[in-house]
Amino acid sequence: MWTKEITLMIAAGIRDTLYMTLVSTLCGYILGLPMGITLAVTDKGGIKPNPVVYKILDVTANIIRSIPFLILLILLIPFTIFLVGKSYGATGTIVPLTVAAAPFIARMIESSLNEVDKGVIEAAQSMGADIFTIIWKVMLVEARTSILAGATIAVGTVLGYSAMAGIVGGGGLGDIAIRYGYYRYRTDIMFATVILLVVLVQIFQTIGMRVSNKLDKRKR
Amino acid sequence: MSGIIEVRDLTKVFTTEESEVEALHDINLSIQAGDIYGIIGMSGAGKSTLVRCLNFLERPTKGTVEIGGRDLSAMSERELRGLRSEIAMIFQHFNLLMQKNVTDNICFPLIIAGMKKKDARERAAQLLEIVGMTEKAKAYPAQLSGGQKQRVAIARALAGNPKILLCDEATSALDPQTTRSILTLLKEINRQYGITIVIITHEMAVVREICSHVAIISGGCLAEQGRVFDIFSHPKTDAAKELIVKRGKESELNLESRQRSLMDGKCCIRIVFSVNSSFEPVIANMVLKFGQPVNILKADTMNVEGIARGEMILQLPDEKEMQENMKDYLIERGLAVEEVNGYVD
Repeated sequence: MWTKEITLMIAAGIRDTLYMTLVSTLCGYILGLPMGITLAVTDKGGIKPNPVVYKILDVTANIIRSIPFLILLILLIPFTIFLVGKSYGATGTIVPLTVAAAPFIARMIESSLNEVDKGVIEAAQSMGADIFTIIWKVMLVEARTSILAGATIAVGTVLGYSAMAGIVGGGGLGDIAIRYGYYRYRTDIMFATVILLVVLVQIFQTIGMRVSNKLDKRKR
Repeated sequence: MSGIIEVRDLTKVFTTEESEVEALHDINLSIQAGDIYGIIGMSGAGKSTLVRCLNFLERPTKGTVEIGGRDLSAMSERELRGLRSEIAMIFQHFNLLMQKNVTDNICFPLIIAGMKKKDARERAAQLLEIVGMTEKAKAYPAQLSGGQKQRVAIARALAGNPKILLCDEATSALDPQTTRSILTLLKEINRQYGITIVIITHEMAVVREICSHVAIISGGCLAEQGRVFDIFSHPKTDAAKELIVKRGKESELNLESRQRSLMDGKCCIRIVFSVNSSFEPVIANMVLKFGQPVNILKADTMNVEGIARGEMILQLPDEKEMQENMKDYLIERGLAVEEVNGYVD
């Protein structure tokens, strides 16, 4: 039976999923953007090579990225409780989501910035630009379409992770799918949530690509 | 006289994990203010490294670079950044910001230097007029041709009123006609604003067209330097001869191999006409005088420092004595003469 309660619950699920995804992605960028920039800048061919800093960040990113998200979620429970007071629900999921997203985002930022033409950076250096100016006004500007395309992928990935958090009571659409679809054999509810997740990813993808293309001035 | 750019005993070694490569060895250069100075060499000769040492984008391993009497190696990073605004640079691939329009590209060095956006835009408009690109002010680099991009790059380079303009293969990605128009613009800038221009190139034609002085770099060493005309008519080193005789344009390649087979085993000389000898029919007179024919393998005229010069490659008769007599005859008449057998291979 499809009741009004179920509809309301799913509506709340959409809200929670959006909340988790967007806040985690945002926090992921707050951590991942400086990390990615530092990786690109301190790399061997970067504008300020620093093998020690690079190696530390490189290894950190690799370690976090190689832990399956579900395990990371459980590993981080004490840390999550310390930070937000509980390990379940939408807010409790934001912490592990952010931790998982940050190195992923850092890697994407790093590769976007590495795509920037070295000649343009050299030109800026020849004009007497300092490192901060080169990062801010050359690298990030020249790489912005690539960075935005990366952001679209990041949102999609975080959305997928957020659904996984449903296993440990994470809240949102994934939580509903597991509780109703898996534990209570309500296949109809499960399908509804899956379709909604697909639609959400599709919407983010379309918006992201539109904006990214619009900002790209390299085309004639 | 001490020049605006003084390079002393400059050596640059690149160290990789496996080996050390000496890109430049003991280079000494003195470039006077207001010169258009060519640095020519085959690719891989080290000329791009040399030009990057002039503004310390590359730090020399040994030796000093002085710009306007100031020793760059004694400067802090901050002082160097300040100095770099006086030394502008343009590149083979233009290196414009692809996501910014023409005006913003030109404003960029001004913004770095701390100018207000409004003032920078006004200055950009002036510069666009100088390079003849006013109607493209709002265009993005992707919408411009190579020559137009280089004009924008030149405008950007001029923005901060530099004293020196370094050109790193600035015309190598352009067709001959566009190359000429860019070179004309550079000449104009040199004349009008007295900016010292250093031109890195592998094309002799570029040096001939606008440079007053030239340095020839070969295998990381300075092979020869001096006035363009002197080196053009009396190249002393193999590197110089190679660059002058093999003017490696694609279309000339076939011609050259033909010449080479003609010259094979024969005594050949290359002569350059100076101003006064162009009026007298020297070759015809020589043939009449000695009663022996010579074979003209190549004849060409070209602009050197703005004056038309003639160049010929002659195949002389086989007798040694006659060869010497003919050479003496030509030298007496003020022509630059040199043998070309040995190094054309």
